[in-house]
Amino acid sequence: MTTTTPDYRTVEPADVTHWFRAGQTHQFPAGAGATILYQDRQIAVFYFARQDKWYACQNLCPHKLENVLGRGLTGEQDGVPRVACPLHKKTFSLTTGENLNGECPPVALYPVRVEDGYVYVGFAD
Amino acid sequence: MKKIVLVGNGMVGHKFCELFSKHPNRSEYELLVFGEEFRPAYDRVHLSEYFTSKDAEQLSLAPAGWYAEQGITLKTGSLVETIDTDGKTVTTAKGACIPYDFLVLATGSTPFVPPIPGKEKKGVFVYRTIEDLDAILAHAELIKTKPDASATVMGGGLLGLEAAKAVMDMGLESHVIEFAPRLMPRQLDEKGAEVLKDTLVGLGLNIHCAKNTANIGGNGSITHLEFADETKLATDMLIISAGIRPRDELAKNAGIETGPRGGIVADHLLRTSAKDVFVIGEAALYQQNIYGLVAPGYEMARVALGVIMQDAEAKTMPDTIDMSTKLKLIGTDVASFGDAFAEDEDVRAIVFHDEVAKTYKRINLSPDGKKLLGGILVGDASDYNMLHQIYANGMALPPTPEDLILGARGGGSVATSVLDLPDTAVICSCENVTKGSLCGFLDDGSASSVADLAACTKAGSGCGGCKPILTDLVDRYLKSQGKVVRNIICEHFPYTRQELRDLIVLKNIRTFDEALDQVGNGHGCEKCKPPLASLFATIYMETANPQAVIQDTNDRFLANIQRNGTYSVVPRVAGGEITPTMLIAMGKVAEKYDLYTKITGGQRIDMFGAQLDELPFIWEELIAAGFESGHAYGKSLRTVKSCVGSTWCRYGMDEAVSFAIELENRYKGLRSPHKLKGGVSGCIRECAEARGKDFGLIAVEGGYNLYVCGNGGARPKHAELLAGPIDRATAVLYLDRMLIFYLRTAAPLVRTATWLEGLEGGIDYLKSVVIDDVLGLNAEFEEEMNTLVANYRCEWKEAVETPALRSRFQTFVNAEAPDDGLGYVEMRGQKMPVPWS
Ligand code: SRM
Ligand SMILES: Cc1cc2nc3c(=O)[nH]c(=O)nc-3n(C[C@H](O)[C@H](O)[C@H](O)COP(=O)(O)OP(=O)(O)OC[C@H]3O[C@@H](n4cnc5c(N)ncnc54)[C@H](O)[C@@H]3O)c2cc1C
Ligand code: SF4
Ligand code: FES
Repeated sequence: MTTTTPDYRTVEPADVTHWFRAGQTHQFPAGAGATILYQDRQIAVFYFARQDKWYACQNLCPHKLENVLGRGLTGEQDGVPRVACPLHKKTFSLTTGENLNGECPPVALYPVRVEDGYVYVGFAD
Repeated sequence: MKKIVLVGNGMVGHKFCELFSKHPNRSEYELLVFGEEFRPAYDRVHLSEYFTSKDAEQLSLAPAGWYAEQGITLKTGSLVETIDTDGKTVTTAKGACIPYDFLVLATGSTPFVPPIPGKEKKGVFVYRTIEDLDAILAHAELIKTKPDASATVMGGGLLGLEAAKAVMDMGLESHVIEFAPRLMPRQLDEKGAEVLKDTLVGLGLNIHCAKNTANIGGNGSITHLEFADETKLATDMLIISAGIRPRDELAKNAGIETGPRGGIVADHLLRTSAKDVFVIGEAALYQQNIYGLVAPGYEMARVALGVIMQDAEAKTMPDTIDMSTKLKLIGTDVASFGDAFAEDEDVRAIVFHDEVAKTYKRINLSPDGKKLLGGILVGDASDYNMLHQIYANGMALPPTPEDLILGARGGGSVATSVLDLPDTAVICSCENVTKGSLCGFLDDGSASSVADLAACTKAGSGCGGCKPILTDLVDRYLKSQGKVVRNIICEHFPYTRQELRDLIVLKNIRTFDEALDQVGNGHGCEKCKPPLASLFATIYMETANPQAVIQDTNDRFLANIQRNGTYSVVPRVAGGEITPTMLIAMGKVAEKYDLYTKITGGQRIDMFGAQLDELPFIWEELIAAGFESGHAYGKSLRTVKSCVGSTWCRYGMDEAVSFAIELENRYKGLRSPHKLKGGVSGCIRECAEARGKDFGLIAVEGGYNLYVCGNGGARPKHAELLAGPIDRATAVLYLDRMLIFYLRTAAPLVRTATWLEGLEGGIDYLKSVVIDDVLGLNAEFEEEMNTLVANYRCEWKEAVETPALRSRFQTFVNAEAPDDGLGYVEMRGQKMPVPWS
């Protein structure tokens, strides 16, 4: 468990004030997730290579408050992209953040933009 | 609104409430229930389970608040003391006087305690309520400190034997004393009782028949029993299970007719001699008998309710009550049904007795050989449900009725299948559910499993005796409809694992994306990725490295994730054998990276608390010291546990360690539908617990016995004998074949024991495949295993040496830093993650 929990809040693309450069596209695994550090926050970034789509959410799983979501298996069901937490397989929608198989609070989502081989994650602060 | 007062909140009283709550005329009646016990009705039939679960909740028949929700008033801890049948009122011990329109007595029974001097001594118990069991448990704790503490059960009937097995399982030496010359005199004939006694003695029970207890000895607490034949038996506890006495005192004092030997007299409609007073359950004397089983009690509740609520077609009680029973929980099968003894001379009895297997079966036929009158099964009651159905429904017998207990000879199918039963056949007698109504739910699609049927009809929720026949009904019904249940992987791959395997081989598919494109839909999910990864591994011996992103979480990083997101590292220690130098090397690595260390249950060492980015460095050092991955993370071979065997042990018949190491090295890295574990013991003392593994070898005179398909875990199962005694090479050959057969045909996450359960023909079929080669595939199986073995690579080594593979072990893509927010506390000199709140 982390000692203090940073404040994770969904950022809508329109509210982005800062596009943070997270790394080069090839540093991110195709068809899975990886984790980046932004200030005191850990963000999980996912690349759905088959659909060529990027998503990002908090790395902290709302279930037991562990920083693990970036290492979970990804997938889609009925067209909804999602990630399954590696600890207890709670799944979260990467388009709404909601917990699809339980009563956990939703995860915060962040917009992702790719430009000139770099991956940017949008923040409002 | 009419008022029904129900006295007694036991199993039958509760059934009455349940039926009442669902009755269409319910709103015209009010129901008030008095129960003497302090808790609401619970499941007495499964009372013995309380010894292990110690959880009274598990036995409760209805969730808390159920009575209130149904608008039924329940007063627990409330004894009804008198009835005024003229004024139509009852009075409780607390003095409340309640009027009724209808009174239902469901007062049950109490254990019969014979008038033996000393029965009031400490350590003497009966066996009927949760409180009785609490008292027994408390006393057992007291006496357990004594060396060779023993307990005795008085009464070798249904309940007595169940109680005796329960106390034996508590770790006490256990005796049964029976007044009659044989066990279960009311259900078994002499021969059957003898076979049962032999088996129970083999299980560790001490049985004393024809014993008339004259005195319970001891000064305050029981110390021994004295018998009429002047013998004695030392014992520290006595549980009396000598029959039941109906609780009829309330009725008797009110002038209601009772039988000369107890019981409240009831007619076909369960009416007593007093107007508007009914009796149901074990308190009722119907046709001059008391019925100590739930099924007749439930039937009585149904009939009485129908009369009171004025059902248009209220049923009456049948003239004869079926007292067939199958014993539970005593470690062997015993059943008797119908007329078990058939003393009548004309009756034709067919008897089968196997002295070695300790089975005894007897069926009694009508003189013309056309009808089954009853029977006895000891040691193997697997035919019970079907025989009971044939008997209960008066079905015609096949021309060779002996097949019913011997099995058909010459390959034909045994007489009757559950589908041949008439629709009126009662499958679940506790809940009175017929085959017709069950098939109705299967037909209209509202049920397609035993669990569904239980939800629709409650079938199987009472004593549970009908579960095997329910399962059989569902299986055969679905098959007859061509609805074979297919275990498909997920929406992306609508195939079973075996079908998908065939497609991958046929089309030479090499990657997950190719599989999606060629035989799948959409883009995949967390359900289909790991099974496909497993298939690529078993078909091509691909490690978890090339397609890391489709591996389950642990395989992706070649380590087990722990609750704080760090990982554990478990190097292979084949057979559990390790040199001091290797131990020191491992210790140094653990010390350097500050890892918590522990010996695992699999004879090796686990090091916990490594961060993702530390893993490759830790492995590099371990590899340099001569270690490799232990695959503790994979659905793959884990360990082959060994005992020290003839290397050191004075009883060893062979070098178990050498053989365990050979086997572990042969199958290491092998990925399978679920994890695989093995064991090798040097003699039948079985110190390696080989029979608790997916494959186990036990050295015996002349070679090894090979056991397969066992496991520990939540549903422990002993492995079954596949072959033996055989030499090591033959054992490896059989294992190769069996493992590939399993790898090919099991569904994802199905372990060998469950797989074998689902194989039609079971172990005999497996033998015919592995030993007799009935599928003609053994050569292919062997070649496949040899290729897999030849292609083994340590995947840690592969990962640390290949930069493209190693790059995935980074805590953060954009920073070299580890996660410094992890919290630890100290415990016994090592670190431990902060507990979850
Ligand atoms: C580490 C260890 C406990 C220990 O400290 O001793 C352990 C730890 C875990 N066991 Fe185990 N089991 C360990 C020996 C056992 C044993 C004993 C044995 O192997 O002789 C058993 C019973 C024998 C058996 O498997 O039949 C055992 C039966 C299970 C089961 C139940 C399997 C079943 O078929 O019912 C699970 C759950 C599962 O696999 O689905 C399980 C699952 C787990 C998991 C993987 C649970 C999880 O997903 O986190 C644990 C994580 C291991 C880790 O993080 O390293 N573990 N587990 C033991 C590692 C042995 C090794 O050296 O590899
Ligand atoms: C260990 C054990 C195992 C068994 N196994 C099986 C089995 O495998 N199969 C099977 O069919 N049967 C089995 N039975 C028998 C089965 O439990 C009984 O047949 C069944 O419980 C009878 O139900 P009942 O409601 O008539 O009586 P009970 O369950 O005895 O209920 C009567 C209730 O009425 C209360 N009561 C009595 N007088 C009064 C009063 N004046 N005022 C208020 N309350 C009163 C009592 O305290 C009691 O709670 C087993 C019994 C035991 C003890
Ligand atoms: S199994 Fe037999 S040979 Fe092996 S250690 Fe135990 S007693 Fe010795
Ligand atoms: S911590 Fe994520 S599911 Fe439990």
